[in-house]
Amino acid sequence: MLNYAIKRLGLAVVIVSVAMFLLFSMIYLIPGDPASVALGPRATEAMKAALRERMGLDQPIWVQFWNFYSGAWTGDLGTEILSERPVLTVVMEQLPYTVALIVGGISWSVALGIPLGCLAAVRRGGWVDRIVGVLSVAVIAVPSFVIAIYALLIFAVWLQWLPAIGAGEPGEPGDQLVHLILPSLAVGIGWVGYIARMVRASMLEVLEASHIRTAYAFGLPDNQIIYRYALSIAILPTVTLLGIGIGQMLSSAVFAEIVFSRPGVGKLVYDAILTRNFPVVTGAVLVTTAFFVLLNLIADLIVGALDPRVRSNF
Amino acid sequence: MPVLSVTGLNVRFSTEDGSVHALKDVSFDVPERRIVGVVGESGCGKSTLINAILGLLAKNGEVSKGSILFQGDRDLTKLGATEMRALRGEEIATVFQDPMGALNPVFSVGQQMVNVQYRSGLSKAEKRKRASEMLKQVRIPDAEAALSRYPYEFSGGMTQRIAIAMALMMEPALLIADEPTTALDATLEVATIELLQELQVKIGCSVLFISHHLGVVAELCEDVVVMYAGEVVERGTVRQVFNDPRHPYTVRLLECDPARQKKRMRHLPTIPGEIPDLRARPEGCIFAPRCHRRFGACANTPPDMETGTGHVARCFLADQPEPVGAQG
Ligand SMILES: Nc1ncnc2c1ncn2[C@@H]1O[C@H](COP(=O)(O)OP(=O)(O)OP(=O)(O)O)[C@@H](O)[C@H]1O
Ligand SMILES: [Mg+2]
Repeated sequence: MLNYAIKRLGLAVVIVSVAMFLLFSMIYLIPGDPASVALGPRATEAMKAALRERMGLDQPIWVQFWNFYSGAWTGDLGTEILSERPVLTVVMEQLPYTVALIVGGISWSVALGIPLGCLAAVRRGGWVDRIVGVLSVAVIAVPSFVIAIYALLIFAVWLQWLPAIGAGEPGEPGDQLVHLILPSLAVGIGWVGYIARMVRASMLEVLEASHIRTAYAFGLPDNQIIYRYALSIAILPTVTLLGIGIGQMLSSAVFAEIVFSRPGVGKLVYDAILTRNFPVVTGAVLVTTAFFVLLNLIADLIVGALDPRVRSNF
Repeated sequence: MPVLSVTGLNVRFSTEDGSVHALKDVSFDVPERRIVGVVGESGCGKSTLINAILGLLAKNGEVSKGSILFQGDRDLTKLGATEMRALRGEEIATVFQDPMGALNPVFSVGQQMVNVQYRSGLSKAEKRKRASEMLKQVRIPDAEAALSRYPYEFSGGMTQRIAIAMALMMEPALLIADEPTTALDATLEVATIELLQELQVKIGCSVLFISHHLGVVAELCEDVVVMYAGEVVERGTVRQVFNDPRHPYTVRLLECDPARQKKRMRHLPTIPGEIPDLRARPEGCIFAPRCHRRFGACANTPPDMETGTGHVARCFLADQPEPVGAQG
């Protein structure tokens, strides 16, 4: 297990490095001089030169990349152009809100998707199965920002059950949790559909397996066969899927943060693009990438912990 | 009193294109402490028979007629789901064909062997001890350590021995083995059969052994049931059926078994024709369309004719045998 974890960690480092390279080349390849973009049309040549020097833009490209790369690994993502605060600090202030949103989204999708998928598989062909099937397709097909807006209108504006905007009072976990319900539902609901379908499909496959027939032939209780013997195998592809799904949830989070006026990395990037605050954009994207890779790593480790065959293959 | 007594068993599956009459008037006994073999071509209903006994027929299947008496008093076709479950694993144990897939891949051997003892009042440590003792009996090396290993870490032959250990751990009255050696190579097959024989004597259980390998049945079993297209066409002791076959199907089956070929032939004989469509079961003898001894009476349903003690063949000509190889 330790060996497996170390190998996966190495792979994660490689992925983040590649992401950094792509991000760096993207900034470098954007036409125009970053200094004039940052300072606007009325800046003097001297001001631009000073900024270029401060940002290291006067150095050869490979030095620039190395500075960027080694800086990033030590947590130095540069400074914000206007306030000159470290980008990492700015991003880290916002990250917990987004993490809460994603964790909330995962919780919704797992808490609803797995039982619904199981139920649909066990009652295959029955009305439960059909309803779950239709609902899954519906929540997958509707874009999450539409769901976010409707959830806001119905539950916050019309029914007034839940607060509409913001992230709740700082230091009041209860209030923050209530503020999290709608946005995280908007982020996670599409994944209820994906997970329900995935769990249903893999449950149907596993229930046909000969070891399940063995379990029945040994007189094990039906519930134990379905929810322990079958589900613990059927769950594996779902965990992997969820690891990938986090990427999509991150983009849904951008919409949810804008619609619900919540602080968060998505809102930060959105505002930074509008104000051309490029160091913040790259920093936020990099941190988000690292976060995504980390969650993927966790998903893989969970699969490794659950499936002895996977563990031995690494 | 036989451990298992199947009488006039009929099983039907309802499908989109009609009812499949998979078992028709199947009757045979599994006497106490005896090994009974069931042979027949693929699709003749061997697995259906097992599933009917275990109460595990697919949802679209049902016993439409007949009885399966277990230990003389309980009719398995009439027991409720809970009573059937209480019987499975405890009094009737099963070993299936595919050893590599028969155990759950994500639980260790020990977890699974402890788990199937969920009805016993033993402590967890005692259950583990019992499991490791059983593994020793099937000659799994280092049984204690084997408990914490996973099925994929064992070879096919070892997994099959573990499956046998798990099945016999509860000392069942009846062991059902559905082609347990088919997936193994010849040496392992012999070893597994010797092991089954040894454990059967030690535990004193009866065995219902499904196979399509005549040599294995002749080696291991005392009684044999020959099935064709969902019917028992002949049954008796191995000696009776193999040395003095009375049903033309049995005769042809024995001729086709390469191991029993007396003279060298250029081609292996095969039975001409195909298994009939079980959705539209023809009237009369089921084997008639492929039978070389067919005559007018075969359009009627043949009787189960007893030609010796316990030797029964479903054929009008059962009392007029032909020598094996007469058609060869
Ligand atoms: N659930 C089902 N629905 C419809 N027909 C079925 C079903 N299960 C089995 N059958 C049919 O019943 C017949 C007997 O099948 P069964 O699996 O019992 O044969 P078998 O002797 O075990 O064959 P094999 O040697 O290949 O395992 C076959 O014609 C099969 O198509
Ligand atoms: Mg079969």
